[in-house]
Amino acid sequence: MSAVAPPLVEAPFATALVELGRRRDDVVVLSADLSRYTDVLPFAEEFPRRFVQCGMAEANMMGIAGGLAKTGFLPIAVTYGVFATRRAYDQLAMALATGPSRGIVVAFLPGITTPFRATHQAIDDLALMRALPGMTVVDPADATELTAAVVFAEAQPGPVYLRGLRGAVPRLLDEADGLPTREVRSGAGAALISTGLGTQWALEAAALVDAAVLHVPVLKPIDAVAVAAFCRRYETVTTVENHSTVGGLGTAVSEVVASGGLGTRVHALGVPDAWAPAGSLQHIRAELGLDAESIARRAA
Amino acid sequence: MTAGAQVTSTLEQRAHAIRRTVLRMCRGRGQGYAGQGLSLADLMAVLYFDELRDHDHVVLSTGHSAIAVFAALHEQGVYELEELETYGMDGSRIEESPLEGTPGFEITGGSLGQGLSQAVGMALGERIKGSDGRVYCIVSDGELQEGQVWEAAMAASHHGLDNLVLLVDNNRIQADGDTAAVMGVEPIPAKLVAFGFAARRVDPHSIPELRAAFEEARSTAGRPSALVCETVPGRGVPSFEASQRVHYVRAPREVWDRALEELDRGEQARR
Ligand SMILES: Cc1ncc(C[n+]2csc(CCOP(=O)(O)OP(=O)(O)O)c2C)c(N)n1
Ligand SMILES: [Mg+2]
Repeated sequence: MSAVAPPLVEAPFATALVELGRRRDDVVVLSADLSRYTDVLPFAEEFPRRFVQCGMAEANMMGIAGGLAKTGFLPIAVTYGVFATRRAYDQLAMALATGPSRGIVVAFLPGITTPFRATHQAIDDLALMRALPGMTVVDPADATELTAAVVFAEAQPGPVYLRGLRGAVPRLLDEADGLPTREVRSGAGAALISTGLGTQWALEAAALVDAAVLHVPVLKPIDAVAVAAFCRRYETVTTVENHSTVGGLGTAVSEVVASGGLGTRVHALGVPDAWAPAGSLQHIRAELGLDAESIARRAA
Repeated sequence: MTAGAQVTSTLEQRAHAIRRTVLRMCRGRGQGYAGQGLSLADLMAVLYFDELRDHDHVVLSTGHSAIAVFAALHEQGVYELEELETYGMDGSRIEESPLEGTPGFEITGGSLGQGLSQAVGMALGERIKGSDGRVYCIVSDGELQEGQVWEAAMAASHHGLDNLVLLVDNNRIQADGDTAAVMGVEPIPAKLVAFGFAARRVDPHSIPELRAAFEEARSTAGRPSALVCETVPGRGVPSFEASQRVHYVRAPREVWDRALEELDRGEQARR
C-alpha cells in the first residue's frame, strides 16, 4: 500500500451543491432534521428560500419534494440512506420516480460508515433503489466522484439515488468525463470489481496482492459492456462493496456475467446476510473481513 | 420527615446516582448523549424505582437516549459500572443506540418515531392476555414530527388503551437546533388531547410532580395518558445546562471530571 495518505477534500458535496445552486435557480434542497450532518448548511445559508427544512419526517419530505418537482423545480432530498429508503420507500417511489417529474435523493452514512447498528447502517439501500423502475443508482468512491455525481445526477432525465460522503473525503481518482466505469488499477494478482467506499478498500487490498480493480460508480444502469469485458479476462472476480452482498454490486455483476453467459465465477464481498456490528469503521471492517488484509486474502 | 418526603428524598438520591453514571459513561470515550441522560434521570428514578412492576414494559423509542436507561439499570444491578464505562466503544454491548435483545431493551428504537406503535401492540397484548401489565413509552419531541407517532396515537385512543402511558421528552431541541425553529410540534398536550389522550405537562425534575402524574395516569380509565415532560438538557450540571444545549456532547476528560464535581456540589446543597 502506498505510504502517502490520499489528499482530503473538505465537504465536497457542500461545495458541489452550492455551485449547482448558483448555476440553476430551479434547484431546491430539502432536509429532514439533518442539515448539520449532511453537508447542506452552506447551500441553506446561501439560498435560504430554496432550502426546505422538513423536520424529522422523511416520508413527508419525499412527498414535498414530489410537489416541488410538479411545480417546475429540481428537488434534492438529502438525509441518511437508511431513512431515505426503508422509511420512505413508497413515498420516494410514488412522488419522485413514477415520472415524468423527477427528483434526486442524496443518502449519507452509506453502509457501515456509522457507529450505530441496524438502525443507521444503510446496507440494503442499493438493492432497494436498484429495484425501482427507472432509478439511476450511484455510489461514488471519493471526492472527485461525489462532485462529478452531482453534475451527473442533475443531467439525468429520470430520478437519481446518490450515496453521499460527508466531511473530509479522500481524493483517490482523477477527474473524468461523467462517471465512467473504469479500471482504476491494473495488476495480475487478482481481479476486483468495486463501487463506492468499496473501491477505497479494494485499492488498499489490491496494493497488497497486485490486483486489478474495476470501479463501477453507477450501479444502475450498469455499464454491462465494461463489466463483461473485464470479467471475460478472469476465471474468478471478487466484488467489494459497502453494502449487503444481497442485491448490490455483487448481484449486479452476477447478472451481467450470467446473462452474458460468460461463466466467470463471482465471489461477492460486502456485508454478509446478517446485521453488522456497531462501532468504528475500522472495527466493523475487521469484523466483517473487509479490512485490506482480509480482502486481499479472500480475493487472491 | 413525612412518608412522602422520605420517598422523594430517596428517589432524588437515585436520580443523582443515575446522573453520575451518565457522566462516567460519557467520560470513557469523551462523548455521548449526556444532555438526554442527565435530563431523563429524575424520570428514570421515578419510573424504575417507584412506578414499574415486574410485568410492566418500558418502550424506549428514542434509541439514542438509552444512556439514561442503562444508568437506571445499573442502579437495579443489571449492568456493572465497569461495563457501562465502555459505552459506545468497539465491541461493547453498551451501544449508544442498542437493539432489541440488549438486556432491558424490549424494542429496537433509534430509527426514530416507531416505538409508540410497538407500545400500542404491547398494551393490546397485555389486555388480550387479561394481564394488568402497563406500558410506558418514551418518545422525544423530534419524534413527534414522524407521522407514524400520530397513527399510533390514534390507535391507542381508538382501542381505549388505559394501560399505556406516553412520556414525551420535550427538551425543545433536535439535531438541527431548536425544535420550534426546525419544525414546530407545539402545542403538544392539546394535540394529544385531540387524539384522545389524557395529556398534561409535567416538570420532570420534580419528583413529587412526576409521582402525582403517574398516579393520575394509573387512575385514568378508558383512554391512554401522556405526560409531556419539560426536560432541561444537561439538568443537574449547571455548566452543561448553560452551554451544552445540543444533541450530542464531545468534550475532553477534564470537562467530564468538572461536571461530576458540579453535580456532586449540587447534590450536597440539596441535602
Ligand atoms: C427516522 C429517523 N430519522 C432521522 C434520524 C437521525 N436523527 C437522530 S437524532 C435526531 C434528532 C431527533 O430529535 P430529538 O429526538 O428530539 O433529539 P434530542 O432532543 O434527543 O437531541 C435525528 C434527526 C433518526 N435517528 N431516525
Ligand atoms: Mg428533543
